[in-house]
Amino acid sequence: MSKFAKKKDAGLPAVNTASLPDIVFMLLFFFMTVTVMKDNTLKVENTLPNASETKKLEKKDRVIYIYVGEPTSQYKAQFGEEARIQLNDKFSSPNEVGDYILQERAKKPQELQNVLTTALKVDKNANMGLISDIKQELRKVNALKVNYTTYDGDAFNNLQ
Amino acid sequence: MPRRGAPPEVNAGSMADIAFLLLIFFLVTTTIETDAGLDRMLPPIEPPTEAPPIIKEKNIFTVNINRNGQLLVEDELTDIKSLREKAIAFLDNGGAPSGSPDYCSYCKGKRLSDSSDNPTKAIISLKNDRETKYGTYITVQNELVGAYNELRNREAQRLYKRDFTDMEAEYLNPETESSRKEDLKEKVKRIQELFPQKLSEAETDSSN
Repeated sequence: MSKFAKKKDAGLPAVNTASLPDIVFMLLFFFMTVTVMKDNTLKVENTLPNASETKKLEKKDRVIYIYVGEPTSQYKAQFGEEARIQLNDKFSSPNEVGDYILQERAKKPQELQNVLTTALKVDKNANMGLISDIKQELRKVNALKVNYTTYDGDAFNNLQ
Repeated sequence: MPRRGAPPEVNAGSMADIAFLLLIFFLVTTTIETDAGLDRMLPPIEPPTEAPPIIKEKNIFTVNINRNGQLLVEDELTDIKSLREKAIAFLDNGGAPSGSPDYCSYCKGKRLSDSSDNPTKAIISLKNDRETKYGTYITVQNELVGAYNELRNREAQRLYKRDFTDMEAEYLNPETESSRKEDLKEKVKRIQELFPQKLSEAETDSSN
């Protein structure tokens, strides 16, 4: 009887948290392996259009990114409402695209220089005129392989 | 005087906090997505002296997009939803009479004499206004690529009992073994030759 009473007095035992670090480390390693570092912050709106017939861009080291879209709200006052091109971290004009591609190409190892893809990440509300200018620039520097980056989805959603 | 007992245990209570800190750092600075999109090849800039090849009118399928996102396909106002169907009908037409060198043995189209002779001759010409929305342009591109993929899948099913898009994805995947790749390369190439993607894009004009 006395034994029973004593047990009740002891209160709740503390939960053992010794394995908590292990669990968190497991999560950490999971995220470290499946994700990639963000390489630049976006200064433009970038709602990509949807498409269903997509192909994956497999090798990150063979891709050069070009972002196009309206400047985000904090840059609107300075750069206006029209869609702009973002190369690396700054706004650029279409005639700078060629130089940028050549620069990026020179940074890559020799054996990859001929297999580079240019990924165009363009906001779905941008006008084709700007895209045509970019394409013309890309043709001039012989960067002919392009990928119009899109989200997976029904292409007809773009029309709304 | 000798010390007695085991050395005191290191307090590992804050280990979890440190690990959480790292975890949150990686969550914030990294992205999970792999990019996907429509692959296209731009035409190289041609030397101005070269005369353009002569192409028969019936082998060209014209698609015009205006600034309001309306489509003019083969001089007819068309809803974007029926574009894929029309493109397939054009590509798969196989209008050349049997016996002629252009005869298409695998086409299942209507074989109209005023549409394309052979898929290898058929060209889709896409033209857009400078003020066309990019979203509309991508939808049109998607439909045209979709038309090609549908026909290629049909042929791949007939020849290899497998979808072309599936084979191509495996071929492009870097994790595929090289022996399998060799095998797939040939098949992919064969199908691509049956329905080559000939999508010509004119430079945009701002006049209309």
